[in-house]
Formats: sequence, structure tokens, C-alpha cells
Amino acid sequence: MWEYTDKVKEHFMNPLNVGEIENAEGTGDVGSLACGDALKLTLKIVDDIIVDAQFKTFGCASAIASSSALTEMVKGLPVDEAAKITNEDIAQFLGGLPKEKMHCSVMGREALEAAIANYKGVPLRVAEGDVVCECFGVTDLEVKRAIQESNLHTVEEVTNFTKAGGGCGKCHDRLQELIDEVQKDSTAKIIPMKGPKRMTTLQKIKMIEEVLEREIRPVLKKDGGDIELVDVDGDYVLVSLRGACGSCAKSQTTLKEYVEKKLREQVIDTLIVEEDK
Amino acid sequence: MTNIIYMDNNATTRVAPEVVDVMMPYFSEQYGNPSSMHNFGGKVMSAVSEARDKIAALLGADADEIVFTSCGTESDSTALLSALKSNPDKRHIVTTRVEHPAIKNLAENLRSLTGHKYRVTQLSVASDGTLDLDEYEKALDDETAIVSIMWANNETGVIFPIEKMCKMAKDRDILFHTDAVQAVGKIPINLKEIPIDFLSLSGHKLHAPKGIGVLYVRRGTPFAPFMIGGHQEHGRRGGTENVASIVGLGKACELAAAHMAEENDQVRKLRDKLEKNLLESVPNAILNGHKNDRLPNTSNISFEYVEGESILLHMDAFGICASSGSACTSGSLEPSHVLRAMGVPFTAAHGSIRFSLSIYNTEEEVDFVIEKIPAIIENLRAMSPFWQDREK
Ligand SMILES: Cc1ncc(COP(=O)(O)O)c(C=O)c1O
Ligand code: FES
Repeated sequence: MWEYTDKVKEHFMNPLNVGEIENAEGTGDVGSLACGDALKLTLKIVDDIIVDAQFKTFGCASAIASSSALTEMVKGLPVDEAAKITNEDIAQFLGGLPKEKMHCSVMGREALEAAIANYKGVPLRVAEGDVVCECFGVTDLEVKRAIQESNLHTVEEVTNFTKAGGGCGKCHDRLQELIDEVQKDSTAKIIPMKGPKRMTTLQKIKMIEEVLEREIRPVLKKDGGDIELVDVDGDYVLVSLRGACGSCAKSQTTLKEYVEKKLREQVIDTLIVEEDK
Repeated sequence: MTNIIYMDNNATTRVAPEVVDVMMPYFSEQYGNPSSMHNFGGKVMSAVSEARDKIAALLGADADEIVFTSCGTESDSTALLSALKSNPDKRHIVTTRVEHPAIKNLAENLRSLTGHKYRVTQLSVASDGTLDLDEYEKALDDETAIVSIMWANNETGVIFPIEKMCKMAKDRDILFHTDAVQAVGKIPINLKEIPIDFLSLSGHKLHAPKGIGVLYVRRGTPFAPFMIGGHQEHGRRGGTENVASIVGLGKACELAAAHMAEENDQVRKLRDKLEKNLLESVPNAILNGHKNDRLPNTSNISFEYVEGESILLHMDAFGICASSGSACTSGSLEPSHVLRAMGVPFTAAHGSIRFSLSIYNTEEEVDFVIEKIPAIIENLRAMSPFWQDREK
């Protein structure tokens, strides 16, 4: 059984804004029956302000909850503000989604994008790419974008977010190439595609903890050291080095060259790592 | 908490209270090791032997043909790997596309992880989930080391013609294994009449605990152990016996043997009522699997244009427990391999719900489910972009 937050359950059991607006100014239709989820979003837009949003969704609990959340989030927003909503925002609105279900929030974002493109009368950018995953009809542009926006590093993560790779598996090599390509670009440029991410301190701490746990700690431990997160204040990340690292003359280099670099790559590029003494 | 209406008995069953009762002494009173020389352990060995007799009786087997394992999956692995070890020059496995992962994934791994040292034929099924015996006949060849075909399918309940298929394999001297995890206790099985070499069963599907299984190995069939260790089970499976669960499984088999016919009648009636009503009261509801060649407790119904997980969670709010073959519940992104093998269209596969009943279900429960489901489906369809467009 999936572990859904209360917020997901609430939006699933009693979804808001179910329906279809007639003569909608913007309509976004994404997903398909074959894929197992689909969303039709309709927006009523007056003077570039979204005054009403309704949805129809075929899919699991998190797909329905994500759709309900999305409509609540966009109502009352100017179109250009709404366009900035990311799938992470949708997931966050719901208090988080199981990682295997992140593609449901991505579907919400895609429907919104499609509806706005429809309103503006412009073609959809992501749909233009080449299909990399035939099983789920996912294009390289969609995959690259998910890798960038959600900082994905493994094929499994890409599958969780976009479904690409979740079928026969024959596209896995190509997905890995895309990951390598995007991740190489982003470390070279450092500056993320959409400017600094908006992030709450809590989110920041969580992400930093994750990167420490996943990437940094194992490396330090090999040399008999360890690292603890002491505090996060704005962009200042206070850590304490333990064991062999604490007494090592090279600890400053480790901090700046390795820890800070990693955290900048994976969390926000403005972070400054300091040792708590 | 709401009352639980448990209709997910192909996933696991309630341990029968009678089974729990006979198990209890084997935790803190009769805790001896059956292999010990003292009388304290010896008594426990007698209890294990008694259980073995009861299990053999249910299967029409002899006690020395029963090997205890830790679960159905272990029994399946043991059988397949043993057959391959004892036939080192035969590298072909015949199985079906609709096996439980315990066989399906093992066979596929044997193929891919050994660099295609093994050839695997996975028989296809028709749209009602049944096998084609001509295709089967053609698949058997001189290279075939073992045939492994489930007795009854866990998702649809479809029963395969094991007697015929076994004889066809034995005519060519090919070893025959059946995963009877879903069949044992639900339909009569007599191994005196069918020359099956290996048969797997699992306690938790017939009101015994989880974590106890049996592999039946016909006397005279070559055997290579999977778990290698002590001399337990005459060296066929190392490891100190799970005594309490073995005793429980013995009791469960005894109960099944005594009541199978009447229980089947009762369960079948409830299942048929549930099925008939749901198919009639919900439009675009389709039965998956052959209507007659089927376990008496299982009904797999697709509700088109809605997604299974959503249905299950709405059912859950009423305390109704069942399963789905939808992608979202399978843990992968694709719907059940069984429904796909049957060619069930996506419109239906994603919305499939499996009800699997047991003797503990009542008519009131069935009535309650019949009352609740149509509104759940209607509600979700009102939300589905495909429902109103389905004509197009
Ligand atoms: C047909 C079939 N085979 C094997 C198994 C595996 O049994 P166990 O859970 O005891 O390993 C199951 C149970 O899910 C099953 O339904
Ligand atoms: S092509 Fe991507 S999973 Fe099949």
C-alpha cells in the first residue's frame, strides 16, 4: 500500500473542481488510457487571470489528488504566474508524494503548460522532441526537463518522474545518456535553468541532508571520517567534521572543494559551507 | 475502525482459529528441536510427522514425498533448479506467460542471467486465460528439462488442464512441476492419479500461517536440494523445522480435506452472486477469465475507463479489501502481466479488480459490496475524461 499524506487522501476522496468548463479559454489534454493516467484541464481566463479551473482525471489516487491540487493552486493567478508552477510545487502542496508517484505531479504540470499554450495559441515545446520511450511516448525534451528541474540522477528516478523506462526497458541506455548529458551541462554552467529555485529552509535542510547521506558521507567514511549537519542559516550551511576528517589538515579543502561543490551542484548553487568549531 | 470485509484471499488468508489453537503449544511449551535425541524433542518430531501425514492425505501423496520449505516461492525455486541440476544436458524450460513471479521471474532470470544458456518457452493464453494444448505439444522437445505450469492462476482463478498436460510431458519423459499454491485446499487434487513430479503449495493461502510452504517431490524423481545444510527433511532441505507452522499447516490441510466440497459450494454461491450482480448493475463491466474453468472463490472484473487503485482506495474507505491488476497497484507502470497476456485492452486492464473470497465471507458482506461498488465506479467515471468520450 502506498503511503499517502492526509492531504493527498483528502484531495483524492473529495476532489475539488471536478468537471469541464464549457468554452474554456485554455484546455490541456495529457496522458492516455494506455499509460494508465490522463488529465484534461480546462481554464477560464479573463484579462490574463485564471478565474476558474476544472479537471477530469483518469488515474490513481495521486493523479486525482494532483489534479485537484493543481486547480486550487492556479485559481486566481495571472497566467504568467501560473506558468511558473512546477511539479515539485504540486507535490509540495500535497505534503509530498511517494517517489514512484512523482509522475502524477508531472502530469499536472504538463496539463497546465498545455492549457496555457492553448490559451496563448502557441505550440507546446516539449511535445516537439523525439520520442525516446516508446512504451510511454515520452520525448527527450520531456526527459531532459525532468532531469534538470528535479535534479534526477538515475534511470529509476527518471521513470518515477516521467514514466519513461517503466515498460520494456529498452530505452534505459538512451535515458542514461540523457542524464549524463544534462548533468554534465548543469555542473559546467552551475546556474540552473530557471534561475535560483524557490525553496523553504525546511526543504533546503532536507535536500542537504539527503545529499550528505547519499553522496558525501559514504566518501568521507571510506577515509575514516564523517560529517554532521549542524545548522542551515540562509545560504550558510554549518557542518562539523568528525573522526579522521576533523583532525586532518586537508579538512578545509575537503569542505570547500568537495562538500560545498557537491551541495551547490545538487541543492542550490549559492550555498556556502562552513565548519562549526 | 470500520469492519473489514476481506475479499483478498488469493493474496493471503486469515489463519483459521482452529489452526492457531493447535500451533500455540509449540512456542513456549513444546519448544524442543525435532532432531534432538531427548524425548522432549522427540515429541515434537511426532507432531511434525503427524502434520506431514495430513498434508500428504490432502494431496493423495505419501508422507515421505512432502518436503517442508519456507514459502511457495522457495518451493518453486527448489523444483525448477533441482530439475535443471539433475538434467545438466537439457536446457529448455516450458512455462506460461501467466505464472506467478516466483516462476516467471526465475525462468526469465535463468535465461538472461546465464547468457541464454537456458531457453525458455512461455506459452501464451487465449483471451479467456486458457492455454492451447497444441501449442504446448509443439513446445515440448528433446531438450526440455522441465515443464512448470501453475494449477490455477492467482489473478483470474483460471484452472489449467494439469492432468492432461502432465501426461503429455511424462510421455516424453520430461519432468513436470506445478505451482499449485492457489489450487491446494480449493479444488480436489489426487497425486495418485496424476504423475506430477513436483508440486508447490504455500500455507498462507489455505488458512495456515505465512512463511510455511511444501514442495511435493514424487518418490523416484531425482532431486537436488536448494537449501543445503543439516540433515532435516532427509537432507532435502536444511534448516530447523518451523514446527508451529508445520503443525498449523497440517491442521489447515485436515480442515480443507474434511470440508472442501461444502465450503466450495458455499463460497461459489457467494462469488457467483457477487459477480452476477456487479456485472449486471455496472455498465461496461467485464469478467476476466474463463467463466467455468475457474477456482470457485475468484472473480476478476474490469470496470472500464476507471483506474484500479482509485477503486480500491474508495472500497478501502468502506473496509472492503480486494486487489487490482492496474499499473499503479502492480508496483510497476504497466498493468498485470496476466491481463496483458490475455490481451485485455488497456481500457479494461487498468480498471481490473480481483475479488477472492473464503469461507469466512458472509452473504451480508456480499450484499454490502454489491451495494457500494456501483456508486464508487459511477463517481470515478464522472471524473474520467474517457467515460463521456467513449463513444467517439
Ligand atoms: C500462484 C502463486 N505462486 C506462488 C506464490 C508465492 O507464495 P509465497 O508467498 O508463499 O512465497 C503465490 C502467492 O502470492 C501464488 O499466488
Ligand atoms: S521504450 Fe521505454 S520502457 Fe519501453
